[in-house]
Amino acid sequence: MKKLIFVLTAIITLPFVMKAQEPVHKFAPLPYAYDALEPYIDKMTMEIHYDRHHRAYYNNFMAAIKGTETESKSMQEIFAQMSTYPTAIRNNGGGYWNHEMFWNCMKPNGGGAPTGKLADAIKTSFGSFDDFKKQFADAGIKRFGSGWVWLVLGKDGKLFITSTANQDNPLMNTEEKRGTPIFCLDVWEHAYYLKYQNKRGDYISAFWNVANWDYVQKLYEQGLLKNN
Amino acid sequence: MDYKFPELPYAFNALEPHIDAMTMEIHYTKHHKTYFDKFVAAIKETDMNGASLEEIFAQVSKLPVPVRNHGGGLYNHTLFWESMSPNGGGAPGGKLAEAINAKYGSFEDFKTKFNDAAANRFGSGWAWLSVKADKSLCVCSSANQDNPLMDNFECQGTPILGLDVWEHAYYLKFQNRRPDYISAFWNVVNWPVIEARYESIIK
Repeated sequence: MKKLIFVLTAIITLPFVMKAQEPVHKFAPLPYAYDALEPYIDKMTMEIHYDRHHRAYYNNFMAAIKGTETESKSMQEIFAQMSTYPTAIRNNGGGYWNHEMFWNCMKPNGGGAPTGKLADAIKTSFGSFDDFKKQFADAGIKRFGSGWVWLVLGKDGKLFITSTANQDNPLMNTEEKRGTPIFCLDVWEHAYYLKYQNKRGDYISAFWNVANWDYVQKLYEQGLLKNN
Repeated sequence: MDYKFPELPYAFNALEPHIDAMTMEIHYTKHHKTYFDKFVAAIKETDMNGASLEEIFAQVSKLPVPVRNHGGGLYNHTLFWESMSPNGGGAPGGKLAEAINAKYGSFEDFKTKFNDAAANRFGSGWAWLSVKADKSLCVCSSANQDNPLMDNFECQGTPILGLDVWEHAYYLKFQNRRPDYISAFWNVVNWPVIEARYESIIK
């Protein structure tokens, strides 16, 4: 009888308990309006990119982890063991996480150059801010097919540039060059085709006008603390 | 031999409304032309300059990556243009129809399999119907500009039908809706050309 009451109580209360639990992985709002990055990134691209592509990655990722213990794991934990997960989690989990970071790496009235410790670190690693931009743009142009370009803080405290295929990122244990990503650029054609078509180089040039260096600076400082 | 940039076998707007004129123009004059130019530059740096693309693909894993990427881009797009026609669509006939029915059950079942290969290719790539060395048909997909003639390809064969699923092939008209683009493609498939390719391989 006790057992029966327990089972019944569990059945009745389970939906409420489940409802009360917020999912670990949330689909965050876009931090600005769709037209906020005009004229560099057009409104229609932003809307489709966020509301279709990004949302589909999120939904497919949530579907892929539903009912498994992965639901309660952080993206960092998942990426650190990426090679042990199914492809759907790698592709959609990467797509979900990468885009959220990308939105934050941009802002209206962005651009200019980084300052403070980040500016010093860029000079140390690349010679100058212009040299860094050149190498970053070059990595973006040379990525064949779909992918991303990253500025990464390595375990040794130095910055480096890398590019990844599809929705992979430098946190994944499937990557040769790993570290903490602090800045990124989406070079999938869907990120620029409506406005720039085959001219990926023009898209990359425009991107510098909306770079959110405050955010990058914050990630850099957090990364340094984590390294220590 | 000299490499030639092939002519588009129809006008830019000939495949409307299934494939739009602007996509065709940029795809052919910008993307395809760039692959051609970069392939010609890359192959000059090797001792295979002048060899056919088939000969090059047969040992592409030993050649520089730009040869693979741009040579693939050159060959795949040429095959793709020829695989479509303003008077296309319908279903294949002849020996190809028989082979498709024998292998996949029906033309509709084959289309489902091909659609899945095209829709599930993550990132940039192609879907293929090819003929393997044992003359059997094979549906598969490849990443980027790889194709079934390449020596490092998991499902080797001779492609007779290819569908470009890079976003540049459909984004202006279909944006994120790749399945709509794949559905539209069947309206322009040039089956007589695909049948002829098949018959020349099996004879």
